[in-house]
Amino acid sequence: MNPFSSPARLRDMIRAIRACKTAAEERAVVRKECAAIRASIDENDPDYRHRNLAKLMFIHMLGYPTHFGQMECLKLIASPGFPEKRMGYLGLMLLLDERQEVLMLVTNSLKQDLNHTNQYIVGLALCALGNISSAEMARDLAPEVERLLHFRDPNIRKKAALCSARIIKKVPDLAENFVNPATALLREKHHGVLITGVQLCTELCKISSEALEHVRKKCTEGLVRTLKDLANSPYSPEYDTAGFTDPFLHIRLLRLLRVLGEDHADASDSMNDILAQVATKIESNKIIGNAILYECVQTIMSVEDNGGLRVLAINILGRFLSHKDNNIRYVGLNMLMKAVTVDAQAVQRHRATILECLKDSDASIRKRALELVCILVNETNVKALTKELVEYLEVSDPDFRADLTAKICSIVSKFSPEKIWYIDQMLKVLSEAGNFVKDEVWHALIVVISNASELHGYTVRALYKAFKMSAEQETLVRVAVWCIGEYGDILINNAGMLDVEDPVTVSESDVVDVVEIALKCHASDLTTKAMALVALLKLSSRFPSCSERIREIIVQCKGNLVLELQQRSIEFNLIIAKHQNIRPTLVERMPVLDEVTFIARRAGSFPGAGLTSTGSSVGLSNGVAKPVAPIVDLLDMNSDDAPAPSSSGGDFLQDLLGVDLSLASQQSDASQPSRNGTDVLLDLLSIGSASAPIESPAQSNSSTIDILSPKQSKKAPISPLDDLSSLSLSSRATSNAGAAPMMDLLDGFAPGPPTEENNELVYPSITAFESSSLRLVFNFSKQPGNLQTTNIQASFTNLTSNVYTEFTFQAAVPKFLQLNLDPASGNTLPASGKGSVTQNMKVTNSQHGKKSLVMRIKIAYKINGKETQEEGQINNFPRDL
Amino acid sequence: MIKAVLVLNTQGKPRLAKFYEFQSVEKQHDAIRNVFSVLCSRPEHVSNFVDAESFFGPDSRLVYKHFATLYFVFIFDSSENELAMLDLIQVLVETLDKCFRNVCELDIVFNYSKMHTILDEIILGGQVLETSSNEVMKAIEEISRLESASKAINLVPKSVSGWRSQ
Repeated sequence: MNPFSSPARLRDMIRAIRACKTAAEERAVVRKECAAIRASIDENDPDYRHRNLAKLMFIHMLGYPTHFGQMECLKLIASPGFPEKRMGYLGLMLLLDERQEVLMLVTNSLKQDLNHTNQYIVGLALCALGNISSAEMARDLAPEVERLLHFRDPNIRKKAALCSARIIKKVPDLAENFVNPATALLREKHHGVLITGVQLCTELCKISSEALEHVRKKCTEGLVRTLKDLANSPYSPEYDTAGFTDPFLHIRLLRLLRVLGEDHADASDSMNDILAQVATKIESNKIIGNAILYECVQTIMSVEDNGGLRVLAINILGRFLSHKDNNIRYVGLNMLMKAVTVDAQAVQRHRATILECLKDSDASIRKRALELVCILVNETNVKALTKELVEYLEVSDPDFRADLTAKICSIVSKFSPEKIWYIDQMLKVLSEAGNFVKDEVWHALIVVISNASELHGYTVRALYKAFKMSAEQETLVRVAVWCIGEYGDILINNAGMLDVEDPVTVSESDVVDVVEIALKCHASDLTTKAMALVALLKLSSRFPSCSERIREIIVQCKGNLVLELQQRSIEFNLIIAKHQNIRPTLVERMPVLDEVTFIARRAGSFPGAGLTSTGSSVGLSNGVAKPVAPIVDLLDMNSDDAPAPSSSGGDFLQDLLGVDLSLASQQSDASQPSRNGTDVLLDLLSIGSASAPIESPAQSNSSTIDILSPKQSKKAPISPLDDLSSLSLSSRATSNAGAAPMMDLLDGFAPGPPTEENNELVYPSITAFESSSLRLVFNFSKQPGNLQTTNIQASFTNLTSNVYTEFTFQAAVPKFLQLNLDPASGNTLPASGKGSVTQNMKVTNSQHGKKSLVMRIKIAYKINGKETQEEGQINNFPRDL
Repeated sequence: MIKAVLVLNTQGKPRLAKFYEFQSVEKQHDAIRNVFSVLCSRPEHVSNFVDAESFFGPDSRLVYKHFATLYFVFIFDSSENELAMLDLIQVLVETLDKCFRNVCELDIVFNYSKMHTILDEIILGGQVLETSSNEVMKAIEEISRLESASKAINLVPKSVSGWRSQ
């Protein structure tokens, strides 16, 4: 046998693999080679073991399975020759890991080799143990390793030190055995032993508080002295790196001092001088010098407070930011982000340099700088910083814009000192990067604008101008269209002009032009086009002279392929063409949305709370206004019936428009005589008759339930115009009742409310709803002059030992009933029946004497912050109500 | 601690892969592919630090240096100084240069077991063992001498046997 065959054959295999052109070829070569290796292993020829394992290691690196060679590692390790042992240990570390059961078999070999007379074999064993030791091996071999910490040769001592570090990580209980040998290493002169000894002590201090205390007490002074000697040492060629004496040892010593000094004033005090010396002496024009400075800064920031050192450290980081090397700037920003929690004032002094990093060509540095700027923002500097960020937004590259836009919006909304500044900044962002702005951001902007009535004119004019210049920014277009629809009349008359503004001359036609552009631009998406249609409807009322033109624009969407736009177009056209008399009330200016409610909802409160609030508000303000009772009740019913829309955009728009309808009703109440009220009702009937199916006037109880069920099963969000449709349906149902209901309506318009008389009718109370957690009791009363209307007092009792918070009650009734719900007495239900919540409601039965009351209810509350709901249907009302 | 050391060529082929923290073989190779896909699209003149949490788990960062056809990559956690890691790569490369005299990719391909031995003299168990390339060279030379001596001893009987047959 040729004695040189082994290395040649390995080289041949490598050449063959490298010669492959495709992955399939490589797989074929590897498969063939593995087959040969398996055959050779089966022959159990010791001469080939070394070569086989060398090949397997290469194959393993390429990603192919090599588990069948694991036992060969063990056999080689047990061989007497050095080359075999070396290859065996290399294979062990690569082909096996600590989980393999095979690993247990090697423990005995390791033990023998740790006691071998050849120190290089001892080194091989320590290396393997340090890399793949399991907890069992660590326990078995710890005594050997501990002994080797005292070995005569420094190369063995340093390997034993790192091996010990792994052992104590695997078995922390063994830490105490290593404390004294480890601290002895700290007095060594050999740099390799020193650096590994420091690392072992650092691990000991992390694992064991006793070890930490011991090292702190016994070694801090020695470490400080070692670092001082190192920092002041003359040239030492062996460990010189770019002119620094062993920077790696500097760094490890500083790291250990950090561990010792954290939360310990005395230890911190003893190292202050050397930290100051290192921080001031090191030159920062080399990477490795900066590595030492970087470690020194981290140590200063972690040990007990010394104001002067802290400022020195932060100033070093400030210099890092100006360094031309990307890596130095990167770590400087990282460290400043941590430093800002310790001394924000000192970091603020470097704000200009930090802002400069925003313009870095390196994306990761820009990202870090942006995060740091966001941390530095406060009430004092928000205007200056935002100005810088917005200016940079104009020139930043597309990849960075999304991040930058999100951060600017976050800063502006969080720290805004005044509304006009907020609106200005948001308009700048929308103009520059509107396509990166998230929905909740522009929704919030609209809420703020609606709340700033003195700024409506300023805002709509600014948006009009911005739209002219930045029509490609989708969210800018949406906000502009919404504001123009709401405040278009202010736009043309320059009302509310501020000192800082220049007058603009805008005609009604110009205003309609921009909305038409938004509607017809091919880049606009569905939401934008839908909002444009709504804005046009509003403008048709604010600009009567343009009404016909607007109608023509709207009609063009009748044939739109998107059903949403088609439906809006048809409905809006009907309003403009046939119902001019109710249009002003329909598109009255949107009432101010409660910012607190909006913020709370955005924070995740229960969506139904808003609906209940709306219903209660309507009931409260119109409770005794009988002439408009039918309309108010219809609105209340819709409010109760509407499911919470799932999309945030829809939710927002739905809320605004829903409130609008409520206000329209109130306006009608305030400004129109009773005859006009009748006109409104008849006009609604006119709309409804075109689309609503005719229902039989006679309905059984089962039909009543059927009417309730479809309503509850609605899934899709209701568009604003569906509210009109529901009004129509409800009104028509009322008229189908025949002459008697109509007489009642007319009677309702009679002058003078009925005077209150003693209640002479008594009805038994009922337990309307009861579950394992909640009981609802209804008490009834009527007044002699109005038998159709029943006053109900609902009383809720908590049957569990948990307090219910944010308690809300909602109810729905069929069309022949009208429900008016007053606010509840409270929204917290005490535990175990101590105290209760009451709520009054009024139900009018247009089928009095023919049908009993029926009601579907939903109750929502929170237990320990967790939302809970209960639903049910009440069928056990007393007869004759 | 250092979690892994990788040497990849500019086609993504691993030339050395050493993991100091347990990872299954599949995860190791996924990690190698992920590291390469990040590095090969990274432009010049950007920092040499990359967040490695997506392929090495929490508290992982990587630093790399690009020499000729090879990327040298260290993956480490927050107990290591990033700038020092960068310079430790330099120590490794300098040592390879001394061992192979103007090292190139082929030297590493055909001598990868020696590569592992060199790495084992610089890093042990994910911790820094030695930072002086001269000290590492001394150890490597001694190991090579031991290797040669063992082989020389093995050769003697065969030579005698050959001579006797003549």
